[in-house]
Amino acid sequence: MLEPLKDFFRGSLGRQSGGGPLSPSNGVRIPLNGRGGGMEPAALSSRKSRGLEEFFVQIRDTSGLTILDLGGATQKNVSFITDLGHRLYSEDFLRILNEAFGAEDTAEQTNPGRIEYFLKQTLDYPEGHFDGVLVWDVLEYLNPVLLHAVVERLHHIVRPKAYMLAFFHSDDKQEQVPSYTFRIDQLNSLEISQQGMRRPAQLYNNRSLEKLFGQFESVKFFLTRERLREVIIKA
Amino acid sequence: MSSMPPARFEAETRGGAATIGKAVKVVGQIFSREDLYVDGEVEGTVEALEHKLTIGPNGTVKATVKAREVVALGNIQGNVEAADKIEIRKDAKLTGDIRTARIIIEDGAYFKGSIDIVKPEPAKAAKASGPAAQAAPASSAPAVGSSSDTKR
Repeated sequence: MLEPLKDFFRGSLGRQSGGGPLSPSNGVRIPLNGRGGGMEPAALSSRKSRGLEEFFVQIRDTSGLTILDLGGATQKNVSFITDLGHRLYSEDFLRILNEAFGAEDTAEQTNPGRIEYFLKQTLDYPEGHFDGVLVWDVLEYLNPVLLHAVVERLHHIVRPKAYMLAFFHSDDKQEQVPSYTFRIDQLNSLEISQQGMRRPAQLYNNRSLEKLFGQFESVKFFLTRERLREVIIKA
Repeated sequence: MSSMPPARFEAETRGGAATIGKAVKVVGQIFSREDLYVDGEVEGTVEALEHKLTIGPNGTVKATVKAREVVALGNIQGNVEAADKIEIRKDAKLTGDIRTARIIIEDGAYFKGSIDIVKPEPAKAAKASGPAAQAAPASSAPAVGSSSDTKR
């Protein structure tokens, strides 16, 4: 593994880059703002992604598909997807999550009115609208009530046989995990920049992920060396 | 057609572009035959089909926008068609659907909507870069069928 990636996904237990958040052991409060929180991004690192490769295997040979990116608009992702001839929809999911519920507290994520408002802001699309969704790591930060509402809405807005790519940290001992901006570098590799630390609302194993996406046709896992599960979900 | 008189505002120039200053609000339709810099508030439609439209850092545009080139540093709510390209700069905020040949998004920009990349038709592309386009009169048409509200 490349040296810069060695501790990349180790959250508060791993090394922090110079400009990144400090660890709790320093006695300094870690900002829990993720993407959209206004922090200076850390340096980019790249990594191979089997999940991304699998996602593109499904969409690269057909042009004119409709793809949703929940990670916010980045030049690389926009260029990559549109260069393949697809139409891209962009949603800055975590930014709207922060605005709707606050960055640090997931308790409010059970409020039905706010959940409805949030879904209206982020995933208000017609049934079967998308051929693919780049979910990235955003589902990790949702409390179970909101999470199930979001997954149900995703199921509604993707067409049958559509694919989604989602990432979940696989270390169940972590209280906080780094949140990233993911930029597509090639069909099978990503550039990643850490945007801050967030407290995951819950952590997942394969069984819980299968259960979470139970209404989808299939769920496929790629466990990386960096304690990150890449998950391909087929509608 | 509105009974209100057409809007009139003194167009300042900013690097050769007409300017809607940050203390100006325009409600209605703007058709521009020269480059246009909007640092104020606009509601309605903005068309600068053969020219560059820049939304300054103080600019707030709630409008359907059509231009040859769009540069956003401020806030746009509405669908945008930019025949050549659109740039969404850091700290800009764009909510709406984009149709353009080329898009540039800086880190820190906020975008919500869809992006359709449409390759320019060869005839149109040639026309846009030809001498006819260069010779276009350098004046902004006043708002037509619209009302305007100017605050200073």
